Amino acid sequence: MSALIEGLFNGISIGSVLLIAALGLAIVFGLMGVINLAHGELMMLGAYSTFVVQNVFKPLGEPWFELYILFSLPVAFIVSALVGLALERGVIRFLYGRPLETLLATWGVSLILRQFVRSVNWLLVISIAVFCLFFFGGMTILKRRSNWERIRNWAITILLVISSGIAIAVGFLIDRVGQIALTKPWFSARNVDVTAPTWLRGGLKVLGFQMPYARLFIIALTIICLLGVYWFLNRSTWGLRIRAVTQNRSMSACLGIPTAKVDALTFALGSGLAGIAGCAVSLLGSVGPNTGQNYIVDTFMVVVVGGVGNLFGTVVAGLSIGIINYLIGSGTLALIFTSMEGFKPLVDFFLFFATSSMAKVMVFALIIAFLQVKPAGLFPQKGRTAEL
Amino acid sequence: MDSELNIGIYKKKKQQRKQLIEAGIIIAIALIFAIILPIVLPAFRLRLFGRFLALTIVALGIDLIWGYTGLLSLGHGIFFALGGYAIAMHLKLQIPEGQLPDFFTLYGVNKLPWFWQPFYSFPFTLVALVVIPGIVAGLLGYLVFRNRIKGVYFSILTQAALLVFFNFFNGQQKLINGTNGLKTDTERIFDLLVSSATVQRTFYILTVIFLVLIYLFCRWLTSGRFGRLLIAIRDDETRVRFSGYDPTGFKVLVFAISGAIAGIAGALYTVQTGIITPAIMQVAFSIEMVIWVAVGGRGTLIGAIIGTLLVRLAQTFLSERFPQVWLFFQGALFLTVVTVLPNGIVGWFKDYAWQKVQFLLGLRQPLVTYPQIEEDPAIQREREQLTRE
Repeated sequence: MSALIEGLFNGISIGSVLLIAALGLAIVFGLMGVINLAHGELMMLGAYSTFVVQNVFKPLGEPWFELYILFSLPVAFIVSALVGLALERGVIRFLYGRPLETLLATWGVSLILRQFVRSVNWLLVISIAVFCLFFFGGMTILKRRSNWERIRNWAITILLVISSGIAIAVGFLIDRVGQIALTKPWFSARNVDVTAPTWLRGGLKVLGFQMPYARLFIIALTIICLLGVYWFLNRSTWGLRIRAVTQNRSMSACLGIPTAKVDALTFALGSGLAGIAGCAVSLLGSVGPNTGQNYIVDTFMVVVVGGVGNLFGTVVAGLSIGIINYLIGSGTLALIFTSMEGFKPLVDFFLFFATSSMAKVMVFALIIAFLQVKPAGLFPQKGRTAEL
Repeated sequence: MDSELNIGIYKKKKQQRKQLIEAGIIIAIALIFAIILPIVLPAFRLRLFGRFLALTIVALGIDLIWGYTGLLSLGHGIFFALGGYAIAMHLKLQIPEGQLPDFFTLYGVNKLPWFWQPFYSFPFTLVALVVIPGIVAGLLGYLVFRNRIKGVYFSILTQAALLVFFNFFNGQQKLINGTNGLKTDTERIFDLLVSSATVQRTFYILTVIFLVLIYLFCRWLTSGRFGRLLIAIRDDETRVRFSGYDPTGFKVLVFAISGAIAGIAGALYTVQTGIITPAIMQVAFSIEMVIWVAVGGRGTLIGAIIGTLLVRLAQTFLSERFPQVWLFFQGALFLTVVTVLPNGIVGWFKDYAWQKVQFLLGLRQPLVTYPQIEEDPAIQREREQLTRE
């Protein structure tokens, strides 16, 4: 019995990580029909900003360092939200109505972000700043011209070439001057470790097994995020607009809802939630450029099972996938059947799947089976469209 | 009536001439690849190029489902790997009767697992490396398409399937040597070492032949009624359904064909690489396959081939010189192709550059209206009548 409870707890804690990671994805997918393959990388950015905040707080000494995690949450949220906003404004906005292309574009972004974290140094940052200065500066000046619309394509191409040329030249110049401090990568390709504050180490003993505080913290964080998102979507004006656009985009636009702003805001919110998820994930293990990759496929499955436009579906899907994954992967199910008589083939069957990677095989099979019954997820949106 | 008949015959003749020219070009290029390149290139580079050509075959399969049918599969690595594993298993079994492939002893396995048994036979292996990926693809496709799951959902389900297969192959040391994969370089085929120069050259020429055959097959598939139906499914599936067709069967069929093509490509790639590991089923590699097609131009078969070769050549060049830059470059490639060149290089050339060249050479007058209308003889006749009046 206690094995089952322990399994449930661990399953819920895995599920809550999935849930907090999938929350942002589900909102964005529901609103825009866009799957953001860079979501994992936004999580990774959140985790890295937690690492940076931790390093900032380290010299401040004991009482402050204990609280760094609370400060890192908003920082992670803001960093990821800003990157997400830039992503939406810079790329995704041009690709609405072409979801498959968006998938590829966001994959490109995720590759860039991964390599960026590996090789970011002051030199790169300065070069990017120079590029932005010339490119966007040139754009603002040229936009004042009366024939902007006509020269637009040419102007952008030329500006792009000129400003990247200048940026690369500046980079080379600084490199020649030879400041080692400038070319030293900030994080490098190796994993970095976030040390949990002392009050998150150890665990709570209940019924003979230990519940780690870090896991409890993540569960609490997930609940708070869920409540916050629920409140935002159902009680605030912008939430109302988001729900309206989710249900019927063109009708909302007709009624004067600024859909472009709603899109940008939602994407930023979803990305920010990814940042918080990254902050939570950093407590569970070391953080590397590929951290995000470990989570994305599972979070996509949560979105697929949960269906769109309903937070409750996401919650149920996240928790149940987490629990089933743990129960199969840890061999708890096999253990349960061993105690009963006459289930020998069943035990062998579950033992075969009793590793965390084989559990994923089983869960995928279950998801495919589930989709045979409910292809649009747990709580499909009701409507009269032919596109079902 | 008479003139219409003439036009029909004229059109048919024109089409036949076009086809003949195309066949001539394909054969010429294939001959260059098959005869001249092995003489010019050193053995190492030839092997690399042979691998690229094997990858162009997968790209053809992906173009078939993405470019023509609008199904974006992010999981083609599965079928690619299945084909590769089939041939590798056969090569691993080229040992005296009663012995086991060496890695089995490491894990204390004494009996050959049952599913290895049929791979003793060469004909079975050849059939299996096409049929097994095809069946897996068809099954996955059937389970997904019959519920009318499509678009992004389908893409991420294929990605999840890929991850599942990766985990499965990675975790099963006792069955297929897990992470270490199967090494084919040191095995023998028809009593010759697989990695020897003659065998490798044969594989290279086989790759060229298969590329041509599969290209022609895809060409045939997409040019007839079936091809038009695929494009209809891509552009408006609901309307296809309302016209009385059931798109599910066609989608399953084309997905299975694409999987089978990927299986052939995987086998050819494996024997020229010398090893197959589950790493071939990494998420990144399968998405890369899609970008090859996107760069070349989806919906054009030749674009898939050109795109694959260009991207792979750029990759070898860049990652040999500046390993850091490659990921940035690849990411930028994804972004620019999707936003600036949605129809790829070939599409851009067809839609824009070729017409520009024709205008500059004075071969064609600038058109104000829709081109088909301008070329339609009936309309021209009408116009003549109007001007006469």
